[in-house]
Amino acid sequence: MSDYTKMWQSLGLDLKNHDALLSVLGKAYSDVFLSQKNRPEGMKYFDFVMSEVHGLRIKELMDAKAQGRRVIGSYCVFVPEELVLAVDGVAVGLCAGAEFNFEGAETLLPRNTCSLIKAAFGFKLGKVCPYLEASDVVVGENTCDGKKKAYEVLAPLVKDLYVMDLPQTKSEMGKALLKEEYRKFIAKLEEVSGKKVTAASLKKAVEIVNAKRMAVKRLAAIRAADPAPISGLDALLVNQVFFHDDPLRFTDSVNKLCDELELRVKNGTGVFPKGTTRLVISGCPMAVPNWKVPVLVESSKAVIVGEESCVGERGSRWLMEVKGNTVDEILDSITDRYFNIDCAVFTPNPSRCDYVKEMKKNLHAQGVIHYSLQFCQPYIMESGPVEKELEKCGIPTLRLETDYSQEDAGQLKTRIEAFVERLKRK
Amino acid sequence: MRYAGIDLGSRTIKLAVIENGRLVFSRTSLTSHNPLGTAQDLMKGAVFDRIMATGYGRHLIKGHLACPVISEITAFVRGARFFRTDCGSILDIGGQDTKAISLDTDGNLCKFEMNDRCAAGTGRFLEVMATVLGYTLEEFSAAALSAERAVKINSMCTVFAESEVVSLTSQGAERNEVALGIHKAIVSRSAGLLKRVAPPGKIFFAGGVALNDCVRTLLENEMGSPVFVPPDPQIVGAIGAALSASEDG
Repeated sequence: MSDYTKMWQSLGLDLKNHDALLSVLGKAYSDVFLSQKNRPEGMKYFDFVMSEVHGLRIKELMDAKAQGRRVIGSYCVFVPEELVLAVDGVAVGLCAGAEFNFEGAETLLPRNTCSLIKAAFGFKLGKVCPYLEASDVVVGENTCDGKKKAYEVLAPLVKDLYVMDLPQTKSEMGKALLKEEYRKFIAKLEEVSGKKVTAASLKKAVEIVNAKRMAVKRLAAIRAADPAPISGLDALLVNQVFFHDDPLRFTDSVNKLCDELELRVKNGTGVFPKGTTRLVISGCPMAVPNWKVPVLVESSKAVIVGEESCVGERGSRWLMEVKGNTVDEILDSITDRYFNIDCAVFTPNPSRCDYVKEMKKNLHAQGVIHYSLQFCQPYIMESGPVEKELEKCGIPTLRLETDYSQEDAGQLKTRIEAFVERLKRK
Repeated sequence: MRYAGIDLGSRTIKLAVIENGRLVFSRTSLTSHNPLGTAQDLMKGAVFDRIMATGYGRHLIKGHLACPVISEITAFVRGARFFRTDCGSILDIGGQDTKAISLDTDGNLCKFEMNDRCAAGTGRFLEVMATVLGYTLEEFSAAALSAERAVKINSMCTVFAESEVVSLTSQGAERNEVALGIHKAIVSRSAGLLKRVAPPGKIFFAGGVALNDCVRTLLENEMGSPVFVPPDPQIVGAIGAALSASEDG
């Protein structure tokens, strides 16, 4: 590995904290990922990306900045990457999935804040996230109450926090609001980049992001095969890397992985024996390096075959269909696409549960695990009705509520094992 | 063939041996700081052909003894069926967790709920509260049953409830009325879990806390359903594991 110390220093990272984080991360990665059996060759690319997640990729961001391109960080799949690309910017996901410096975060936030928000603050205050530090603009979005109030606290801590409002109902007014917010976001992007969004630049951006989404959709579909050609952990990792990597290279690598996986399916080879209990996970996003529940599931004689999550199908299942030729018309198409996202902040939100049923069927899963982060009100509230509806349709469902700590790993494991045993009896 | 089940719980370790569908041997021991050693002692002299482990420490023993494992939840379902086939749900209150399990009409595992990560409202909670009030566990239950009214206990956290009880007794509250309040608190919490999963019908009550008559009586009232407690409610998980061992190939 090259020495990136200078680069990290120039970004203002706290080197001691950062070293500590990287060493924990490196060990976790090798324990969780490299120890898996029968991994596809194509995962080597993602291993490499992860080994350079704070190195080479950050160097690429710094090089892009040196060329006058802007780095736009965001925390939500409602922030359109297409718009960032249309001003030749680089979009990076900033959601954090590790329990790091929560004591620090709790000096600014209530203790009963979800781990995702706490991690974002822990990373900021501990000065360990080069993506955040490299971002010229950090986009906050008004999804849940936790995030929207947290951005008020975050604002003085980052260079340029831009807050985007979001609708909470799937109404015409809601859609108009979203379009207006995207229009304002374009203005912001034009201002910071000094570049104009044109119909041509938008169309090109849409093409790039569509290709990226098509690649992960292809991966998602391949996972319907039994034996599972790829572990849930590896597939989750691909979906996590989706948010940081160069889009073109990512798309290419996912497609290569898919070529290999399709061959595996044809030959009937997989990572777990045929007939292994298959589960869909639905709920809160699992940001890198949050691999806690998948690790427990895949060490309990089960395989995860799909994620109904922002880091998963909720983030990527809709492609963009461009209608029209003007910026305004394309903006309509963009709004249409993003307005589909069935995040639990919307009320009511029936399409989410419908899609879980569809995934269960298409992916030949036996059951669903509903995953909520503790204190994530929208998903926890929705978990009850979702569980009831799924069970009513004969889909066994296990509701889990947890955080980033390992404290409850034993209890979670008991529940997951019992759930898998329940499914085997059927 | 003799089949053994070992249930490594947080407070006690239980061993049961089944032969020809009958319980032929059982033994219980406190878990201690060395569950593996306790388990090995417990197995000394026991004769069996195959063994299966369950309970909190099931994965611990797996590394030292060639034995498959099964979750406590499934073990209780199998174990309960050994005693009765007419129960619609199972409540297990053990040393540090509470499980409410519903069964389908064939007696298979349907839904289950467990308490959250802390030991609020479990056997450990009862032990600590009995000590605070100066009772043995037997006296504690009898005292609660003798009370005519209950002093309400608001906290279910073992640490907070302890200070609540201390302040109540220092204000002159009757010891047995506080005891009843504590029992009611446990039952209301457990009934909440049961109501979330369980169909109406007979409840199979297992785990160490099922030895407590007051909890059983209050549970019956709260749920409005008959509650069945097997002869040795602590051994149910071990029996379930032994039965699973006998069915596993």
